[in-house]
Amino acid sequence: MATAKEIVSFKDVAKIYRGRAAVTDVNITIKEGEFVCFIGTSGSGKTTTMRMINRMLEPTKGTIIFKGKNIKKYDPVKLRRTIGYVIQNNGLMPHMTIKDNITLVPKLLKWSQEKMDQKARELIKLAELPENYLDMFPAELSGGQQQRIGVVRALAADQDIILMDEPFGALDPITRDNLQDLVKHLQETLGKTIVFVTHDMDEALKLATHIVILDGGKVIQDDTPDNILQHPANNFVKNLLGEERLLQAQQDTLSVGDIMSKNPAHITLGKSLSEAIWEMSRHHVDSLLVTDDSKKLKGYIDLETINDHYAKDLSVSDIYANNLIKVRANSYLRDTSERILKQGYKYVPVVDSDNTLIGIVTRASLVNVVFDAIWGKDELENPEDANLPASITEGSEKA
Amino acid sequence: MANQPLWNQLVFYFTHNGMYLLEQFGRHFLISFYGVLLAAIVGIPLGIYMANHFHLGDFIISIANVIQTVPSLAMLSIIMLWLGLGVNTVIVTIFLYSLLPILKNTYTGMKNVDPNTIDSAKGMGMTPFQMLYMVKLPLAMSVIMSGIRTAMVVAIGNTAIGAFVGAGGLGDLIIRGTNATDGAPLILAGALPTAIMAIVTDLVIGLLQKHFEPTGYYKTEE
Ligand SMILES: Nc1ncnc2c1ncn2[C@@H]1O[C@H](COP(=O)(O)OP(=O)(O)OP(=O)(O)O)[C@@H](O)[C@H]1O
Ligand SMILES: [Mg+2]
Repeated sequence: MATAKEIVSFKDVAKIYRGRAAVTDVNITIKEGEFVCFIGTSGSGKTTTMRMINRMLEPTKGTIIFKGKNIKKYDPVKLRRTIGYVIQNNGLMPHMTIKDNITLVPKLLKWSQEKMDQKARELIKLAELPENYLDMFPAELSGGQQQRIGVVRALAADQDIILMDEPFGALDPITRDNLQDLVKHLQETLGKTIVFVTHDMDEALKLATHIVILDGGKVIQDDTPDNILQHPANNFVKNLLGEERLLQAQQDTLSVGDIMSKNPAHITLGKSLSEAIWEMSRHHVDSLLVTDDSKKLKGYIDLETINDHYAKDLSVSDIYANNLIKVRANSYLRDTSERILKQGYKYVPVVDSDNTLIGIVTRASLVNVVFDAIWGKDELENPEDANLPASITEGSEKA
Repeated sequence: MANQPLWNQLVFYFTHNGMYLLEQFGRHFLISFYGVLLAAIVGIPLGIYMANHFHLGDFIISIANVIQTVPSLAMLSIIMLWLGLGVNTVIVTIFLYSLLPILKNTYTGMKNVDPNTIDSAKGMGMTPFQMLYMVKLPLAMSVIMSGIRTAMVVAIGNTAIGAFVGAGGLGDLIIRGTNATDGAPLILAGALPTAIMAIVTDLVIGLLQKHFEPTGYYKTEE
């Protein structure tokens, strides 16, 4: 209950201007602590939807519940003082100092001067700007610095929900990136709920925990970023996301089981070393995975070790190595590929939940996936290649 | 060289009638000031109201425009028919002439406040009244001041004409000078202070206007 309380919910909300609907059939629920992005093309109704939350606009139809109460029951002026509000183009008061700007809502709430001064110092720190900026005027700050003030100002009266309408639209990419980090930080560390309007998908995917996609005044999809990437509702959403991101997402959720080779060369514990050598040559590899009779993974054995310890009466169980890493078939490839590619493992055996060997992921099959991601997904379904990797094959050729 | 005796006569007049001159100077200024003040009291709220109900804006401003086109002497005469001779007639005339610049500038000043600023002020929870005195008026103030400045300079000139209906002021000296056979020094004694008053008023209000400049740069230098 405490973790996911609803803070705002739209119920069949519509806003109609002189017979023309700006938004219709909006049903959205925003939970406390969420970072919600409204995204869509220009004119899709993002701003309209957002501005109904602080009663800057009144819905023509439907109801909006804010903290368990119909929004119409609140005095609009008092309501707005509890909701942070950040707009794109410098909503700062040009005739007020930065300090007066920051403490504007506290002033409306008639805080003591002392408390306001303290708040101003606290927030300028949060904005990562020096304290002497408090006495400057907005025109003396850069656009990015002004918007930093705009963002922290929305927190001055401890508002727990903040509305932002394309707040970083006018900033250069680097400044925008920094400010995105700032709001994300605020949302995560201070537990603020943020409703953020944008038309930049990268921004939405970077920040949001919940994305609402609007088109033509209707909600097209309302879900977590992951779910939207995995299951785009229609072609509009697919276009909005773009081919590249979809492919990336697909790769991100590919599991180890999806790309592993299913028949790794292996040998059981009880076999003799000569049988092991024969098995290696049959598969053109220089090492074998070792399992027990019920196919539980025990370790591996390689040609070098056999060479060093060769004796007719030894069996695999006497000299195999058991210090190998393995992965579960259902773990994500994105977590595994790092390990394999960066740390230089030639292969990683794949096991199921009770340690039964069911496959192997090799560098070669990973490289295939990476290439697919770069060149297109046409050949994504192909890694039904050799049982053991090329690198191992090479080794056996040398031997 | 003909100026030399005139200049001497002028200095003579100033030194011997200094008190009287000062009295007329003050009277002149106050007549202008009251007229403009009255116009500000009416014009600023009306301008604010017009800015909020902007369909009225053009209508009221066109009325004020028509008033402005009536020559000041004619206006004085018309009002004299109603209020008779005396200072009130002049104040009402000045009021009517000042109304347009003040009204127009208040209206424009209010209209020109950045809608983003207003939107964000409203979104932060200002009441309409707080919005007016904390945001709109301070931001429109410099434009309103420039309207008052224009009105004041015009008013100082018109007050001089007001002497025709017996209101007194520096215009009095000018009229007496035109009636006298050798009245040049008298005319100058009236006209010169009038001009100086207009220039100084213009400068002072200009400074005030700068002070209200919304960017805030000027305040940091204080
Ligand atoms: N005051 C208004 N009167 C009439 N129509 C309006 C008004 N405000 C918005 N609309 C219409 O409502 C629709 C949605 O507008 P809205 O501002 O919510 O779009 P948006 O998604 O925020 O677009 P943008 O990305 O351009 O800001 C648009 O078609 C717009 O023309
Ligand atoms: Mg918008």
